[in-house]
Amino acid sequence: MVDLCGVQLRGPVLNGSGTYDAIAARRAFGDELLERFPFDCFVSKTITLAPRQGNPPPRLWETPAGLINSIGLPNKGLAGFLAEDLPKLAELPVPLCVSVMGFDHDELNELVATVGACDEVALMELNFSCPNVETGLIMGADPAETAAAVEALRPLTQKPLIVKLTPNATEPAAVARAAEAAGADGVSLINTLKGMALDPKTHEPWLGGTTGGVSGPAVRAIALEQVHSVSKAVQLPVIGMGGIASGRDAADFLTAGATCVAVGTESFRDPAAGARIGAELRALSRKEREFSSGAVR
Amino acid sequence: MTLAPFGRRLAPLVENRRIGAYQLLIVDDPDGPRDPQPGQFYMLATEERWGAGEGERPYLPRAFSFARAREGRLWFLLEDIGPGTHRLAQVGEGENLWITGPLGIGFDEPAGRPLLVGGGIGAAPLLCLQDQLGPETKVLLGFRSADHAEAANLFAGEPQIATDDGSVGKHALVTELLREELDLRPPTSGLRPTVYSCGPPPMLEAVRALASERGVAAQLALESGMACGFGACFGCVVPTKDGYVRLCVDGPVLDAADLVPGGVGH
Repeated sequence: MVDLCGVQLRGPVLNGSGTYDAIAARRAFGDELLERFPFDCFVSKTITLAPRQGNPPPRLWETPAGLINSIGLPNKGLAGFLAEDLPKLAELPVPLCVSVMGFDHDELNELVATVGACDEVALMELNFSCPNVETGLIMGADPAETAAAVEALRPLTQKPLIVKLTPNATEPAAVARAAEAAGADGVSLINTLKGMALDPKTHEPWLGGTTGGVSGPAVRAIALEQVHSVSKAVQLPVIGMGGIASGRDAADFLTAGATCVAVGTESFRDPAAGARIGAELRALSRKEREFSSGAVR
Repeated sequence: MTLAPFGRRLAPLVENRRIGAYQLLIVDDPDGPRDPQPGQFYMLATEERWGAGEGERPYLPRAFSFARAREGRLWFLLEDIGPGTHRLAQVGEGENLWITGPLGIGFDEPAGRPLLVGGGIGAAPLLCLQDQLGPETKVLLGFRSADHAEAANLFAGEPQIATDDGSVGKHALVTELLREELDLRPPTSGLRPTVYSCGPPPMLEAVRALASERGVAAQLALESGMACGFGACFGCVVPTKDGYVRLCVDGPVLDAADLVPGGVGH
């Protein structure tokens, strides 16, 4: 068992927010998805107060060993999430973490107070770091902005609050320290790195949203360094992610100081990748893991 | 729709045959369902050397409608046009593919007299649809050239063919064949036709517009870049009258009446 902010998980493998729609996956794979659920805690796609359509297509571009996405946080909004999605997510066999994003403090307060009052929700993740939405970037890239938001949200719920850190900041560790001082229970990183691609024929930006976020093995080395530096800077549990594609990769993030890891883009290549990575991690020798866990400080 | 087994699985290649400008890949899929629905698709990658090519691509699996499912074997038709299709075109017998599927929602059961209209590689899902509907089912196919048009030989009966260069069949777009067919059989002349179509976006847009103009029902198998194929990435959206929908879980076959002009993918 793994303790994540007081929530007991059967293992350390989560999904990155926005990289797995368990409801759509159940439509494709049926209840076999629940029987072989690939994650130890499920993180929802980010919800906002009002519904969002998301960015115009094209939304994807394959890079060397990675992907740029420009999705733009499509979601049903808080009311739609509570009415349609939450009852289905409550049927998953693992604890639920709901990711929220607000465009101002009032929106954030309403989201956190409302979602935090739901019994189905074990944890909440605060998405201050989506690179596709200007406000998210400003809040998560600045330690004072992050601290102000977390301080306002802290009294509104007993549920653990995890701050998702953006890698598109001068010093993610400084943002993590500010989140810790303001009362956050954990941090998760990295979100996608800002990226761009040009249409090979027209030389115009390929993505409908002009820029997007880079993920996949292409960002793994950057993610590992940021997880390492943030883990050294705070006492909070760290959820590490960024290009994890194997148990060996996951072990590296745990060694760098993470308590849990998250799988994102690799699930696009194999819907069951989270389960494989968890099994590979368990198969690494106990001795190696005892030696290495938290060893690189 | 037929559910997919959860996760990707290895499928050995049985045959990789050149058909004119295209490659036909046949794989053994003993662990998959025997009854994928025409219009459903699979995500394909090779077990070895997927990635580590030029520019470290391909990285993500590629989506292909299946062209035929027979005796536990799946047929896929592809054209070598990019890093993913290039690698797949080179796969040799005995090599393994990673496959996930069948995914998505395929064609509905025909409500009227079915009329199959394909463009280029979009002929693929119409092949299994004709298998299901019977060899007498009318098929109209458009290709760039005679080389591409060799794929028409996979169909039963005698599909009507149009080519861009006139090297075989009628020197026209396939939508012209469709227009002639609809002129020959106006909606008042007995059983109303339902168009089943797959092809490049400009062709599907023309089919959509023509079906709308003639008041004919049409089901279009659309295409959009996909990363995952099972609703996870939200990348493959197309605009509909109800807003964006994900082609991988709400399609790839959509009712033409639900689409907005110009919204047939990219």
